[in-house]
Amino acid sequence: MVDPSRSVDARLDLLLKDGRVAAEGEGLEAPDGAREMDVSGLVVVPGLIDVHVHLREPGQEHKETIASGARAAAAGGFTAVCAMPNTDPVIDSPATVGFVLAAGKAAGAARVYPVGALSVGQKGERLTEIGELVEAGAVGITDDGQPVMDSGLMRRALEYAQTFDIPVADHAEDLGLSRGGAMNEGVVSARLGLAGKPNASEDVHIARDLLLAELTGGHIHLQHVSTRRGVEMIREAKARGLRVTAEATPHHMFLTDEAVEGYDTNAKMNPPLRTAEDRDAVLAGFLDGTLDTLATDHAPHHYDEKEQAFDDAPFGIVGLETVTGMLLDLLVRTGRMDLATFLERASVQPARAFHLPGGTLEEGAPADVTLLDLDREWTVDPRAFVSLSRNTPFGGWTGTGRAVATLVGGRTVWGLDDGAA
Amino acid sequence: MNRSASPLGKDLVGLEELSAEQIRTILDTAEPFKEISERRIKKVPVLRGNTIVNLFMEPSTRTRISFEFAEKRLSADTVNISSSGSSVTKGETLVDTARNLEAMRIDMVVIRHGSSGAARFLADRIPSNVVNAGDGSHEHPTQALLDLLTLRDHLGSLEGRRVCIVGDILHSRVARSNIWGLLKLGAEVGVCGPRTLLPPGIEALGVETFGRIEAALEWADAVNVLRLQLERMKSGFVPSLREYNRVFGVTRKRLEAAPRDVLILHPGPMNRGVEIDSDVADGPSSVILEQVTNGVAVRMAVLYLLAGGRPEKAEAAKRGGLARE
Repeated sequence: MVDPSRSVDARLDLLLKDGRVAAEGEGLEAPDGAREMDVSGLVVVPGLIDVHVHLREPGQEHKETIASGARAAAAGGFTAVCAMPNTDPVIDSPATVGFVLAAGKAAGAARVYPVGALSVGQKGERLTEIGELVEAGAVGITDDGQPVMDSGLMRRALEYAQTFDIPVADHAEDLGLSRGGAMNEGVVSARLGLAGKPNASEDVHIARDLLLAELTGGHIHLQHVSTRRGVEMIREAKARGLRVTAEATPHHMFLTDEAVEGYDTNAKMNPPLRTAEDRDAVLAGFLDGTLDTLATDHAPHHYDEKEQAFDDAPFGIVGLETVTGMLLDLLVRTGRMDLATFLERASVQPARAFHLPGGTLEEGAPADVTLLDLDREWTVDPRAFVSLSRNTPFGGWTGTGRAVATLVGGRTVWGLDDGAA
Repeated sequence: MNRSASPLGKDLVGLEELSAEQIRTILDTAEPFKEISERRIKKVPVLRGNTIVNLFMEPSTRTRISFEFAEKRLSADTVNISSSGSSVTKGETLVDTARNLEAMRIDMVVIRHGSSGAARFLADRIPSNVVNAGDGSHEHPTQALLDLLTLRDHLGSLEGRRVCIVGDILHSRVARSNIWGLLKLGAEVGVCGPRTLLPPGIEALGVETFGRIEAALEWADAVNVLRLQLERMKSGFVPSLREYNRVFGVTRKRLEAAPRDVLILHPGPMNRGVEIDSDVADGPSSVILEQVTNGVAVRMAVLYLLAGGRPEKAEAAKRGGLARE
């Protein structure tokens, strides 16, 4: 068992009872009637949490549903996900928050926590009834997908949200600098004849958000940071003690805008893949904890939608079913990051940032557990995805180490070796 | 006829992908085809029995007409599809449109599309030959080929010659194709325009940048003056057309101040009095109408080569036709 929330790294038995962690210890006796799982050779860890996914329901069920997304999450080793509100209709009312929660529960896979819209209809005009959203079950607010262009509105959100102790998550992008862009602005876009989004379009909003966090004392959660300067500014802001948390995605850690060569629409996402310098900075930020939270920005799109000319294809890639195995191989197996730190970024910190139960296996915590096999070799096969969509640039990638089973509330919701639950 | 034997491969998507040798082959093949357009009966049976679809999903007059002349003078059967009034506007995807055309057994598609990469996208998905007639801001290879042919007519070898492209480089597929073609043939390439219309990172392609038209004209043996689209002003890239002419316009006065005779090219259609003054466009250094004439010959050469024609047999093919080889 490895549980960085309590600095545990030991051979232990774990007793789960009534959906919670009941006890742990060496040579623990199984009570009568208990189901015993022999997990020797595997690592028992607190369930992984992805705070940034798009489940597309309501409105775009051909891409993903809450049920398929929750199952895809479980198949990637995640016990909980935070669903972004840019659906149709937008999640900006207690009724829609309730719908997401109910559909998530009904799915019986990973837990689904709704993140509410920051502004009504994500139009960037006036705040949603944040108190009501939180009461209904929202764990944060964001206009993700629609950058908050009005700095005054962002200030009010950061102030007002403090009453409810939730983070304000922001997709940092100044549309005045990025509108029309399909990829990173740079040498590759100049060659391909694609309109670019400069780093500055992201940096300007990261800088603004950090200044507003300082002004208001609010908690800003910066989503999918992709630039070198962005990482530097966040590092500096954290050193000064601002309440800032920040995400790193696997694609921004491992790919550059050269992946767009050949107009591969599975290399089209927002923020875009940037240069090697930015990629290295994002990875370094993730390693040193400046970017404290792993997120996939799981963004399913139907095959037909990506099967278009680059300009016409939508932004985004799926990530739930690939990220855990890829990072276990590329970071943990290579020794760049120890397993405990990986779990800190993928479980402990996500729970802390969004005040979610989980992120720990201490007594009384939810029995949300992921089982990892660090020696399992596997190949990314998009055709085998549980998600309804296959839009990944990582198809065919081969590595070692992956999640093999996912338990939510003590129930096995997914197991690799007995098929999808 | 053996399409797989084409010295260009299956498609012509861009000049970036071609070697200097392949570009020279096209230009050399265009030479014998020039003469056809000078005949009283402007038709040879080279592509008899070939079906070509001109799929123009963006408005175009001169490129489409130039391709049509090239096709008709080679005796191909042609069908024109434009985005208005076709299934394209009914929401059919590009790939479905192309597959439906394939199902009617065609041989070639000439595509113009507003999105960069559209020609490559199509070429990868259908077995017919695909000719890029302009994709977004990416490439417009036949335009650059006709520019190269015209430059070669006047300058001889392009080795060491200096050619500057002037204007909206950011949005220009003509500029990108010209940059690749010129560099591959050994020319030095400059680009000149307001910084708002030069793509960041353009220097990495191996070109020199000029912020002032006077400096560009002092440097160049030839300038290729691009059309300034009116919408660039509306979207704030330049303050006004008047100011653009004042700062970047190719005027007689500026031309006369240059140390040598500078050849003037323009891909058309021209905005007289904006990027180029009338007395320059109509003046002795202008080769603009020769470009148009060469356009037909270059496109005939491209179609002939993609259909499997041998470069060395172009002269003979004019009499006998490909099918009889």
